[in-house]
Amino acid sequence: MRNRVILRLIGARIGANLLLLLAISLLVFLGTELLPGNVAEIVLGQGATPAAVAALSAAMHLNQPAPLRYLLWLGGLVSGHLGHSLVNGDSVASLIASRLPNSLLLAGLTALVSVPVALALGITAAVWRGTLYDRIVNVLTVASVSVPEFLVATLAVLVFAVRLHWLPALAYLGAADSLGGLFRVFALPVMTLSFAIVAQMARMTRAALVNTLESSYVEMAVLKGARPARVVLRHALPNAIGPIANAIALSLSFLLGGIIIVETIFDYPGLARLMVDAVSTRDMPLIQACAMLFCAFYLLLVLIADIAAILSNPRLRFR
Amino acid sequence: MSEAAPALHRRLRRRGRNAGAGLVGAAIVGLWMFAALAAPLLAPHGEAAIVSNTVFGPMSGRFPLGTDYLGRDVLSLILYGARYTIGLALAATALAAGSGVVLGSLAAASGGTLDAVLSRAMDTLISLPGLMFALVMVAALGSSVPVLIATAAVIYTPGAFRIARSLAVDINAMDFVVVARARGEKTHTIMFEEILPNMVLPVLTDFGLRFVFIVLLLSSLSFLGLGIQPPAADWGSLVRENIQGLGYGAPAVIMPAVAIATLTIGVNLLIDGFAGGRRREFADGH
Repeated sequence: MRNRVILRLIGARIGANLLLLLAISLLVFLGTELLPGNVAEIVLGQGATPAAVAALSAAMHLNQPAPLRYLLWLGGLVSGHLGHSLVNGDSVASLIASRLPNSLLLAGLTALVSVPVALALGITAAVWRGTLYDRIVNVLTVASVSVPEFLVATLAVLVFAVRLHWLPALAYLGAADSLGGLFRVFALPVMTLSFAIVAQMARMTRAALVNTLESSYVEMAVLKGARPARVVLRHALPNAIGPIANAIALSLSFLLGGIIIVETIFDYPGLARLMVDAVSTRDMPLIQACAMLFCAFYLLLVLIADIAAILSNPRLRFR
Repeated sequence: MSEAAPALHRRLRRRGRNAGAGLVGAAIVGLWMFAALAAPLLAPHGEAAIVSNTVFGPMSGRFPLGTDYLGRDVLSLILYGARYTIGLALAATALAAGSGVVLGSLAAASGGTLDAVLSRAMDTLISLPGLMFALVMVAALGSSVPVLIATAAVIYTPGAFRIARSLAVDINAMDFVVVARARGEKTHTIMFEEILPNMVLPVLTDFGLRFVFIVLLLSSLSFLGLGIQPPAADWGSLVRENIQGLGYGAPAVIMPAVAIATLTIGVNLLIDGFAGGRRREFADGH
């Protein structure tokens, strides 16, 4: 009975996210169709002879009406036929396949580093709220959320690569053949990415736990004489786990913005750099595919956050 | 309830508002605004003038923040760059906050289908990762100033809409609005005369936060080479142009980025000083 309520809620969430993804695909398609003039002419640039324009228009289905082109594109997206790059003719699917694992590795390592640090900061700040420590954490997290990623990255390169010569300034994946090599390659990019994520996550964790710590049942536990550690670990944390899991997933979705900057600065061969390069060459099929992939990833994280909130809400469990 | 309650309240109030920080923030923001307005008067050298034979020169009396990759004065470039960084972000923030507030209070005041349609549309927009959406827009329309302003405004309208709508829904349920409705006032009269004047302070706070996000978004775009195009340069473009100087520890790379940081942290301090930090949790990220 209660499982059915939860399943229905989760099912509704998944359905809503799929609809949202469909709406986004329409936006991405419209966005890239807004280009004034004939796309084929713009792509060909100087070499736009009438014959070449006609051939490319046919190859890109430009002669078909826009709704049909949207459906063709959507069908290709679902079946994995993403078309070919306009710049070098490579298959978009294989370009993405060659870059995606690198970006996932970078994102995964960042999550591995930032989640424990952020949880530790957020929980301690919540427990010692109102103290000098809490205030320092607050100031530092606000500061690191409001500082651009490229400042963090350039400062990190300046200190660790240029001045101290500890780490390389560019992330050359070939050097990551041992554990030490892996560390040297990823230290700076992961540090930069973690900076903003940790701040975001620590703030949200603190807010979630403070909410619980100020509820009357926690006050009751304090009044009956439970030790502070027991109050936090046994009484407060279990009820804050849902909001905290929600905070983790939501903060990780901010990775998307950061990874675009970090991959560019460190010359890291990931998906985000592929997309930035595609934007500067106006390689539409590649941009569309990357955009959809990023949005899907983002929605997945938000979905996980929602599900965590649903699963951990006892009021839903016992309805 | 307990003895500690008043003390706790006092502590919370102290934590929320911080007049000292607010003054520091106001001073920083005011200085940058002044710098942007008076750049031609303040700048020691011309915007495009190559004034030194040394590229990536260190800080010196003649060039307080060093020289850039062409031998131009970095301080002058930053002062001129402030016009783009602050000007564009202000325009985009005004557009985003303005349309967010108008649409949000319209949705709350009229309710029904219009509210549902607007809210769903904004939910869709807010689920697009910002920088990604900006990349798609720039790819499609090029990176002219109007496109950049409109893109940033579109990305940050849904957040403003949500806050304005939830404020307006609260106000909408208050007695004086119910009375106005009973008097037979029109929706737009209720919106502009009853609801809007009562949400000025929270909306201003939100305006500040949104400004920070937009500054970061636009300078990230410029940093990627997809924002303001040369010869014009905002602070993000200055970092990008001089990135080669990082190896020499040139101030030309670091200083424009530091300028962005002082501006955004200044705005944050200003907000903490005059409105308290509570609104922030809710607006983070969007």
